[in-house]
Amino acid sequence: MNSIDSRRRRNFLVRTLGATGALLLAGCNRLSQTEWFPKVLGVGEQASDAAAHLVTSRKSMAQEFTEADRSPQFRANGTANPNSAEYQALAARAFADWRLTVGGLVEKPASFSLAELRALPARTQITRHDCVEGWSAIAKWKGARLAPLLDAVQPKPQARFAVFYCADPMAEDGTDLYYESIDMEDARHPQTILAYEINDAALPIANGAPIRLRVERQLGYKHAKYVMRIDLVDSFAGIAGGNGGYWEDQGYQWFAGI
Amino acid sequence: MPGPDLHYRHALPVRIMHWLNVVALTILLMSGLQIFNAHPALYWGKSSYTGAGPLLQMTAVQKADGQSVGVTRVFGREFDTTGIFGMSKNREGEWSARGFPWWATIPDNQWLSMGRAWHFFFAWLLVINGAAYVLYGLGSRHLARDLAPDGRDWRSIGQSIADHLRFRHPTGEAAKRYNVLQKLAYLIVIFGLVPLIILMGLAMSPWMNSVWPGWIDLFGGRQAARAIHFIGAWLLVAFVAIHVFEVIVTGLWNNLRSMLTGRYRVPAGELHE
Repeated sequence: MNSIDSRRRRNFLVRTLGATGALLLAGCNRLSQTEWFPKVLGVGEQASDAAAHLVTSRKSMAQEFTEADRSPQFRANGTANPNSAEYQALAARAFADWRLTVGGLVEKPASFSLAELRALPARTQITRHDCVEGWSAIAKWKGARLAPLLDAVQPKPQARFAVFYCADPMAEDGTDLYYESIDMEDARHPQTILAYEINDAALPIANGAPIRLRVERQLGYKHAKYVMRIDLVDSFAGIAGGNGGYWEDQGYQWFAGI
Repeated sequence: MPGPDLHYRHALPVRIMHWLNVVALTILLMSGLQIFNAHPALYWGKSSYTGAGPLLQMTAVQKADGQSVGVTRVFGREFDTTGIFGMSKNREGEWSARGFPWWATIPDNQWLSMGRAWHFFFAWLLVINGAAYVLYGLGSRHLARDLAPDGRDWRSIGQSIADHLRFRHPTGEAAKRYNVLQKLAYLIVIFGLVPLIILMGLAMSPWMNSVWPGWIDLFGGRQAARAIHFIGAWLLVAFVAIHVFEVIVTGLWNNLRSMLTGRYRVPAGELHE
C-alpha cells in the first residue's frame, strides 16, 4: 500500500513540477514585457559596471595580439553600405569631401578632413572585436587617437560624454541614424582611436569607411562605424531615445564591457 | 517537534540558499540558451575566425526542394535536428530558424538584450548566494562537518560506488550523513565546476580581459572560454539530473521535506527491504 501511495505522490509531484515550469516560463515572458521588471533586472548590469570599474584602472589596457592571431576575414556586421544619398555621394568621391565635425561642449569647435585626421597622433593595435551576439574576430587597426584630438578642441569642464553621430540609417526609410556614446574616461583611453585603416589597408565601406570608433574594452556595438560628427555633452538624455546609443535605445546596455 | 525518527538534517540558511540556487540556475541556463541563440555556434581559440571550423553549430539549411531543415554540426559531423536544434516551431506553431527551441529559453522569443538582462541579474544572485554559502559553511563548520570526507569516507569509496550501482541506500545512523560520493560530487560542483563557469563568464567580458591582458589565453582564448562556459553549464545540468534522480530513488517526499522543513525521516535498518 505504501508503494501505491508513493507512486501517487510522485505523479502529483511530477505534474506539479511540470506546471511550475510552464508557469515560470510564462511568468518570465510576462515580466519581460512589463515596464518595471526590466528596470529591476538592470540592477545586475549596474552592479557589473561598478564591479568592472572597481577591479580595473581607468587606463587598463585591452589585450593586444600578434599578426599571426589575425582572423582571415573581418566580419562586417550590421550596416554594410549605408543607404543614404549623402553618404553615397561622399563615398563616390572616396571621402575627399568628408569632414569630421567636433563640437558641443568644447572651447574650439573644429572639423577635420581625412588627411588632417591621418596627420594626427596615430596608434596601431591588433585587437579582438567581440560582438554582443557572441562571436569574436581579430584585426589590426590604425587610427587617430581620440585624446589628442580632444585636446585640440579643448573640452569644457562640464563635458561628460562623447556622442558619435553616424551616416548609416537604421530604418528602411533612411531615418534613425546610428549613434553611440562613451564617457570621457573611455574617450581619453590610449587605445581609443578613430580607425581609418584595417589590416594595413584603407577601411572599406563594409567596416565603416572612412572612420570607425575603436573602444577596445567594450562590445562591438559601441564601435560606431561611418562616424560623421562628435559632440561632447553633459547628458545624452535628450538625444534620440535617450539611452546613449542606437542599440541602447533597443534595450541593450550602455555599459558594454560585459 | 520532530518525532523520535525525524532527524534535523538541513539548517534554515542551507535550505534557503538551496532553493535560491534552484531559481538562479534554472533562469541562468534558460537565459544563457537565449544568449547562445544569438550566435548558435562554439569555437576553440582566441577568435571565431581562426581558419578552423566551429566545434558546434546549429543552423537552418535550405534543401534543394526548398524545404528548410535544422542541422546541428558537432566536430564536423552533421545531424538533422529539425524540430529541436537549428529549426523549430515557435510558440505560435510557425517554423523558425533558431538554436534552441522557444521552450528552452528566457524570454521565449528571440530577444538577446532581455536574455542578457535576466542572465546578469541572476548571475549576481548566484555569486552572492554562493559567497554567502561558503562563508556560512566555514563559520558554522557545515563544510568541515558535513562535506569534507574523513578517513572512513575515503576507505569506503569502493563500497559506496558498489552501493550506488545497486541502488542500495544507507539506513539508520549512516543515512544521517552524506556518503563519500555525495560529498565529492557536492565539493566538485561547489568549488570546481560552478567557479569555473563563473570565471569563464567573466572571461567573455572584454572589460574584464583588461584586468590582466592575456589571462583568458590560459583557458584557450575568449571563444574557448565561451565553449567551456557552455559545456560547464551542461555538466551542471548533468549533475542536477543525477541529483534529482538520487532524490527520487532515495525517497522523494522525505528528501523534499528535509529540504523544506529540515526534518528527515531516517530509514530504519533492514525492516523495509
